[in-house]
Amino acid sequence: MGEPVVQVLGGATLADRSKDALAVAFVALLLGIPMVGLTTVDQGGTLQVATRWPILAAFVLAVFAGRLVLRYLADRLGERRVRRERSLTSSDQRRTAGGRRMIVRVGWLAFIGALLLPIAFSDNRYVVDTATTVLIYVMLGWGLNVVVGLAGLLDLGHVAFYAVGAYAYALLSTQFGWGFWVALPVAGLIAAGFGLIIGWPSLRLRGDYLAIVTLGFGEIIRVILINWTEFSGGPNGITSIPRPTFFGLPFKPPSDEPTFASFFGLEFSPVHRIVFLYYVILVLCVLTNVFVTRLRRLPVGRAWEAVREDEIACKALGINVTNVKLSAFVLGAMLGGVAGVFFAARQGFISPESFTFNESAIILAIVVLGGMGSQLGVVLASLVLVLLPELGRDFAEYRMLLFGTAMILIMIWKPGGILSKREPTLRHAREEGRP
Amino acid sequence: MNVVKNKKWESGKCMALALQQLINGLTLGAVYGLIAIGYTMVYGIIGMINFAHGDIYMVSAFIAVSAFTLLASLGITSVPLALLTVLLLSVLFTSVYGWAVERTAYRPLRGSTRLAPLISAIGMSIFLQNMVQLTQGARVKPIPPVVVGGFDLYASEGFTVHLAYSQLLIVIVTVALMAAFSYVIGKTSFGRQQRACEQDPTMTALLGINVDRTISLTFMLGATLAAVAGVLVTVYYGVVDFYIGFVAGIKAFTAAVLGGIGSMPGAMLGGLLIGLVEAFWAAYLSPEYKDVATFSILILVLMFRPSGLLGRPEVEKV
Repeated sequence: MGEPVVQVLGGATLADRSKDALAVAFVALLLGIPMVGLTTVDQGGTLQVATRWPILAAFVLAVFAGRLVLRYLADRLGERRVRRERSLTSSDQRRTAGGRRMIVRVGWLAFIGALLLPIAFSDNRYVVDTATTVLIYVMLGWGLNVVVGLAGLLDLGHVAFYAVGAYAYALLSTQFGWGFWVALPVAGLIAAGFGLIIGWPSLRLRGDYLAIVTLGFGEIIRVILINWTEFSGGPNGITSIPRPTFFGLPFKPPSDEPTFASFFGLEFSPVHRIVFLYYVILVLCVLTNVFVTRLRRLPVGRAWEAVREDEIACKALGINVTNVKLSAFVLGAMLGGVAGVFFAARQGFISPESFTFNESAIILAIVVLGGMGSQLGVVLASLVLVLLPELGRDFAEYRMLLFGTAMILIMIWKPGGILSKREPTLRHAREEGRP
Repeated sequence: MNVVKNKKWESGKCMALALQQLINGLTLGAVYGLIAIGYTMVYGIIGMINFAHGDIYMVSAFIAVSAFTLLASLGITSVPLALLTVLLLSVLFTSVYGWAVERTAYRPLRGSTRLAPLISAIGMSIFLQNMVQLTQGARVKPIPPVVVGGFDLYASEGFTVHLAYSQLLIVIVTVALMAAFSYVIGKTSFGRQQRACEQDPTMTALLGINVDRTISLTFMLGATLAAVAGVLVTVYYGVVDFYIGFVAGIKAFTAAVLGGIGSMPGAMLGGLLIGLVEAFWAAYLSPEYKDVATFSILILVLMFRPSGLLGRPEVEKV
């Protein structure tokens, strides 16, 4: 099968490639003229057209050169892959098993590293703080991973459940004086309830509808939070949300009540609270991971993945597809809500600004880039996505642009995600290379 | 006597207000309808939600802003000439965007998993939004009014029903475009190919029709309609920013679902209904929550009539 393809690709001459690259460059020129070449600038209240022809020329040249190089590389790789496919042996299966064992090992290493991190950096507030942010995204990513990675449903409004959890805790604690640990499961359940309300009508239909419904829901929650001032504080948000306590001992400067520092006879330090918060989110993450990994081995978890692969076959086998999808979606919503509670408790202040579509997009990018269905991949992706903007502020400007591009490229290159476990354990040798 | 007069005045004002909202709603609805057709056509032919479609519309609005400013600086003051030039330029460039989006983000994924093109589409939407934000700036772009003036249709004590020329323009262009579009889909050979691909791409390919080309043209046609919508909105509102595609996209998709996804008259009908609901909701209930109203319609339609007003129930064959 592969034989003639290789010859055609290998036989592409420089002229053919240049012609192809020229065509692409022409399209780039058409795309670039209105966006790169022309822009409007505000000059004294009226718009003026500004031209950027040198940048446009550079852009078109870059596309031309890039297409030439990429085409060449793609042809080369294609040849190599065909050659490799021919020499396919049964060692492939053993390699997958070995890879899985290594993933488990790396996971344990990461866990031990995470446990020791605050001890190693006990005097560095910034490191522990950033690590906490990473863990929040890990938690959000794992929650969304159940929906997107395992059940194969596209949830574009995960941030809505995050917001529901955060506001639920903020209101329960500031209005009714509930503590963090009591509000945590309740807020999670409230978020799950919202998941049920949103998921039930849309999940009876094809999965695509869920995507747009969640997209709309994320936007609606934000609109309501901004406009319903009596309820949510409007754009100003909710302030002075109580922080979690250590079994009733607050992290405060010494006072009459027993505090964490005075109870253990330590000198008061604000670092205690940061380290404590870090361990709280670490525990939440570990619980989430254990919970989800266990669920995956239960019938419901297997049903998620089965529905993702073939809905019609599942229906034929008597699986209630709607309920299976709904369970995944509601579980994801609940985990998002729990992460929201932690976020509110950690910040002490929340406003609708923290829950924009961009946030949903970042969480989705974490799941997609990390490899859908892979727990370790989510951790790596969160690390990269949180740390990169910390390294340079310039990068933050281009961050979303890069995420969007990366999402497209990864879908084209590896639709299962980089570190996916989607590949079946057993497969026919001929199927190699085709997902 | 006094009471009767007062009542008459009230009802006159009520009617005037309702008439005004009807005009506003139909104008808005025409724009939603034009965008919704792009969603419904793409859904019909490759069965996916093209999340980037709202952003295509936004790109077109930006092209319109640049083109209007450019024409003004060249000293072209004739309104019909300027409008026509901007429409043509916008359609030309935006359809290239539509083509490029399909070619780069969707075609490589044909035959892939169900989720892959959706994620790729949302990636494309994020990309377009941020690309425009970076190249054109994040601030709102205002242009001087292009089409000014209008008719006063009906004046009741204290309230005048106003039909702006720009609103009339939107309705006329939409009707003309719908007529042309129905002709293209219904009578030309491209339209036949397009409908054939919707029904059975494999069989269509076996009959010697280039399915890839037809899909590309469908995207370009959808982008053309979105481009016209973008120009019209720019003329109507006079302000544009990189975020308009997101909300308009959700609403237009709701319109497509309401009308029955896959059905083109349905998309237009859904668009008009959504526009009317939004206008009346904003006028009588609360302007802040008009987006909530649209969204509730989406949920209600999905719950009670998932195939929409004019759509056929979806049957999935193995």
